[in-house]
Amino acid sequence: MNELIFFFNNVVVAGVVLGSIYAVGAIGVTLIFGILRFAHFAHGDMMTMGAFIAFLLAMAATALGITTPVVPTGFLVLPLAMILAAIIALGLDKGFYAPLRKRGARPVTMLIASIGVTLIIQGMIRLFFGSGTYSFFETEQKQLVRIPVPLEGVTRTINFTQPQLLMVLCTAVAVLALHFFLTRSRLGKAMRAMADNADLAQVSGINTKLVVRVTWIIAGSLAAMAGTMLALDVNLKPDLAFNIVLPIFAAAIVGGLGQSYGAIAGGFLIGFAETLAIFNWSVLLRPVAGSLPFELPATLAIVPTEYKLTVAFVILVVVLLWRPTGIFKGAST
Amino acid sequence: MALLDIKDVVGGYGGAPILNGVNLAIEQSDIGVIVGPNGAGKSTTLKAIFGLLKVTEGSISFHGEAIQNSLPDRLVPKGLSFVPQEKNVFTSMSVEENLEMGAFTRTDDFKPTMEWVYDMFPVLREKRRQPAGELSGGQRQMVAMGRALMSQPKLLLLDEPSAGLSPRYVLEIFEQIVKVNKAGVAILMVEQNARQALAFASRGFVLATGKNRFTGTGAELIADPEVAKSFLGG
Repeated sequence: MNELIFFFNNVVVAGVVLGSIYAVGAIGVTLIFGILRFAHFAHGDMMTMGAFIAFLLAMAATALGITTPVVPTGFLVLPLAMILAAIIALGLDKGFYAPLRKRGARPVTMLIASIGVTLIIQGMIRLFFGSGTYSFFETEQKQLVRIPVPLEGVTRTINFTQPQLLMVLCTAVAVLALHFFLTRSRLGKAMRAMADNADLAQVSGINTKLVVRVTWIIAGSLAAMAGTMLALDVNLKPDLAFNIVLPIFAAAIVGGLGQSYGAIAGGFLIGFAETLAIFNWSVLLRPVAGSLPFELPATLAIVPTEYKLTVAFVILVVVLLWRPTGIFKGAST
Repeated sequence: MALLDIKDVVGGYGGAPILNGVNLAIEQSDIGVIVGPNGAGKSTTLKAIFGLLKVTEGSISFHGEAIQNSLPDRLVPKGLSFVPQEKNVFTSMSVEENLEMGAFTRTDDFKPTMEWVYDMFPVLREKRRQPAGELSGGQRQMVAMGRALMSQPKLLLLDEPSAGLSPRYVLEIFEQIVKVNKAGVAILMVEQNARQALAFASRGFVLATGKNRFTGTGAELIADPEVAKSFLGG
């Protein structure tokens, strides 16, 4: 039983947290692809930038004494950070992508431009913050939640941190809000219409420029949310999300490009797969070690932790072989 | 004054012009049909009216107002609506959502218009929760026309509404078009089934190489031996 709780703590908790971060990041990637038809490579850096904005706001809030003992300051300032990130995303579009779109740039050109934006954002962050590592929890404690399991002989407790719990709640709220926006609101439906058939959306008189703006607002604010969540779970550094932009793209592709629900499913699939792959299975097998035909090594993981990133690609290859347009039948181009 | 008045329009997609002086006039009560050989600029004329390609010379006026090179989100509120030939429904969205998208530019209550569309195409009411991509070709054409009617247009532009439909559906779609016209919407359509379409057209236009060759009522054009010989297959 103790071993199962260890499994729960290391796979289920970690998987849900990582899955949430991937899902929220992948929604933005998939929305931008659906509406603007290009792979927005700078999305990871929009996440990092959002996290740094939240970090600055949190420092300012702490200095001004605006803190509560209930919620970490990082979460307190998250809504404001999301708004600022959305404004910056609109600015990035106006400054870099909109002029290219106007000239009818092909998706490849847009992709290369987004790599340029990646470098700009990373450069700006390094310019102001250096290349060091920061933590949201320098002035406050990361509270640990321990839930004892009322069973005989169980000594381990179910563990997770308070930010992790809040993260999952925030993700649930964001996903629900997005769902209602896309299925109930006029603009949300127009967004789906434009992702479905951009020419017909234009012919119907849908204000496509407005839809593009809304797309950047949603993608930018969700990127800030995902980045801040990641920074609250680990640490804040200039290449925070650049390192996970590949699994996020994998999540969006696995789910079916352009499909928001697919991105959520893909995010959790890849999040869980990664935590399962680096899990030390020796711990689970230890109670039955005596009956195994081989000696149990101290660590028995599918891949070593440093190769975690490869898992996303294995899943990507397998899913694309089985269903070339992704689980939710997304765009193929 | 004509509802739609096109005078000596020249235009194309940036290279050599495809339209070389098209003239065309439609009244509110008209069903106008554009026929002609492939590459004559029939669909291009509709696209030029709808601002989807650049008009370099000539004028297009709607209700006396110059509208050449206006974009669709300006034209739809003025009372123009366009049904493209292909990919004319949002396949992943329900029939009802397709109709809602047609009413995007409206700020008033569009429910009565939706009821009016459902009354005109009762099969759509039955299938309103179904994704439009799952419907048959004829039903999709109804969704496409329904979507275009949701903005309460004065003039409906149809690009080959009968393309790809079985003969039974072709007749049905033509009947629907006449019904829409009787409800007070002017129609301007491009058709391959030239003889069939001219039979109910009040205005017919024969285009060739981007220019008008013959203009008259549908009946006149069918009766004209030269039109019949060159453009209606004898």
